[in-house]
Amino acid sequence: MKIFIEKDEKMMEKKFSGKIIVLLKSLDINPTSVLVVKNGSLVTEEDSVNDDDSIKILNVISGG
Amino acid sequence: MKCSKCSEKAVFLVPKFCKKHFIDYFEKKVFETIKKFSLVNPKEKIVVACSGGKDSTAVLYLLKKFHKKVVALAIDEGIFGYRNKTLIDLKKFCSKNNIELRIYSFEKEFGKTLDEMLKQKQHPCSVCGIFRRYLMNKYARGFGKIATGHNMDDESQAVLMNLMKGNVDLLWHSVPMTKKVGNFVQRIKPLYFCSEKEVAAYALLKGFEVSFNECLYIKDSFRNQVRDALNNYELENSGTKLNILKKHLLMLEKIKFETSFFQYCSVCDEPAKEDICKACQLIKSFK
Repeated sequence: MKIFIEKDEKMMEKKFSGKIIVLLKSLDINPTSVLVVKNGSLVTEEDSVNDDDSIKILNVISGG
Repeated sequence: MKCSKCSEKAVFLVPKFCKKHFIDYFEKKVFETIKKFSLVNPKEKIVVACSGGKDSTAVLYLLKKFHKKVVALAIDEGIFGYRNKTLIDLKKFCSKNNIELRIYSFEKEFGKTLDEMLKQKQHPCSVCGIFRRYLMNKYARGFGKIATGHNMDDESQAVLMNLMKGNVDLLWHSVPMTKKVGNFVQRIKPLYFCSEKEVAAYALLKGFEVSFNECLYIKDSFRNQVRDALNNYELENSGTKLNILKKHLLMLEKIKFETSFFQYCSVCDEPAKEDICKACQLIKSFK
């Protein structure tokens, strides 16, 4: 699956199938600090993703 | 996963709501905060301190919706690669929503951009904070109040930081509406009970064109350490941030409010703790 991590402006490929909360844990990302957009739509951490999906992880931290 | 109020798909987990019910929930929470703490009165015009980011844009949009009489005020510190981008978003937003926007810059007001000031090895957040607060207060004077985009995460972090540093006086700043003191303009925080994640979800679902990036200088700050620690704690103990703020407000009710001593700066006549205010001291150090 394609994963874009906005905070690091990093695009990566990863083989994964399962719940987003597990995916975030594997990437060492705290779910309280991000929103996850799956194929263009906002989803919850309890939603599932698979290898065909395109994921964007948005940092929710205030800009200042 | 379904919304807890209808059969639509949930887009947010706690509370578990679809897009429509999340937006309704969020706006209701902000409007209830405004009413409960009497943040605005019908006759006054509110200055919204804007950065072009998600929090202040959400406050601007919601105060315009709730109160109508708003003006946006932005400070261009001169942070290349960050502020120039967020101000483009803000200009577009204000134009689209028919909101007056006033921009004041460090370069015009103090003779240097923040980037230039930092070449003299000053701590970025201290310099920026002093000058931003100075300009906000100066240019908001004459309006009713200054509304800021501070959310539950910002405020619970501030409470912990001030406790850890023993800044007891500053605990009075972490409230939905600051007290009226001298010629400081009162500050209001309509997002006080909204988490950072909720504000981000609201901005995204409303389609606001805002950046989710943080300031380039924030990475080394003490706040960053407190934020990470608090986020880790919140993950294991949901509701921690809200509890901090609720108990903090309860505690303040039991303490007598005492204004720390201040006078007026002998150079610029703005409020100051010493004969010369911090902003004028910094300007002098650059010369």
